[in-house]
Amino acid sequence: MNSQDFKLKKEKSEVENNMENPLLNLLKKHNVKFLPYVPDAGHAGLISLSEQDEYIQPIVLTTEEEGIAFSSGSWLGGEKSVLLMQSSGVGNCINMLSMLVNCNFPFVTLITMRGEFGELNSWQIPMGQATPKCLKTMGLVVHRVDQKKDAIPVVDASLYAAFSSDQQIAVLFSQKLIGRKEW
Amino acid sequence: MVKANNLLKRREVVKKIIDNRGESKVITGLGSATYDVFDAGDSDSNFYLWGAMGGAAMTGLGLALAKPDTPTIVITGDGEQLMGMGSIASIGVQKPKNLAIIILDNGYFGETGMQKSHTSQGVDLHSIAKASNFKHSFLINCQDDFDNFISFLPPSDGPIFANIKIESKNPPRRLPILDGVELKNRFRRNLGFDPL
Repeated sequence: MNSQDFKLKKEKSEVENNMENPLLNLLKKHNVKFLPYVPDAGHAGLISLSEQDEYIQPIVLTTEEEGIAFSSGSWLGGEKSVLLMQSSGVGNCINMLSMLVNCNFPFVTLITMRGEFGELNSWQIPMGQATPKCLKTMGLVVHRVDQKKDAIPVVDASLYAAFSSDQQIAVLFSQKLIGRKEW
Repeated sequence: MVKANNLLKRREVVKKIIDNRGESKVITGLGSATYDVFDAGDSDSNFYLWGAMGGAAMTGLGLALAKPDTPTIVITGDGEQLMGMGSIASIGVQKPKNLAIIILDNGYFGETGMQKSHTSQGVDLHSIAKASNFKHSFLINCQDDFDNFISFLPPSDGPIFANIKIESKNPPRRLPILDGVELKNRFRRNLGFDPL
């Protein structure tokens, strides 16, 4: 294992190491078809599982805002998407979020947080701190998961609410939950 | 170099695309592309973007993958596509056969006072699409090029990219409804999905 591999392995999140299977099963239970994503170490396990799954399709993006438009398009065609990103990606999405609110598209994004708890990289802090404020300012409902036991129930409730009443919901997996990145 | 007076006219181009859409769903990028498609004939199968600049192509990708047996056409401008240039790469990964991205390329940001865009300053979107795994990428400078491209509609052998050079003159605006919820609901109802 070279040093890069070692680093990546250590970055793999605790929450998804333990929860990636239940999370994938939950997404499938809700008939989520697409997982558009910009990779994050915190989502690595779920992305990897989805690559092997026959039903769910991962969709790699160049920037997170593509996932907003993609999710809207898939819903126009009757299929559900869930956008996976890191908190730094929220800033890339802001204007595109207007599409969701204007058209009242159902929308769920699962966001792994950086820049909020035990962060070494100070460049992550401004966007991490602004993430919930930006989402709320654009009209999204924001749920935060700090404890492992809450993750599945909160995602379950969010998927149910979004796709049964046209809501736009962001679920933040806190950095305390994920565990800090070791350097 | 194509002489300006030989350039294709945007409303004529879009009318012919719409006349050849078959069962295609159509997504439009904000600004003139939205007005042009509405002018060519409104339809419940049209979804007009009035904002979300840079999002038209990815909206088309989401729809194309959700409805793989339904052709999807995205019609947008050079400025709108330049803002979502990465989406060309994202489409190139998925390679949907049923998707066509059509750029009405006048080389200007027409909605904001006709500032020159990148495409009139040496940047070539058609080559970017070609280098991004699109099955077909057309650079269309004249009527013959355009007539050849039209035979690829509705898209079934995609992804298809058509970079259509058009004259920069802007016809009078033709405005479809703004209400995003109505646009969404009518589009989905047409596909058999009831509003929630």
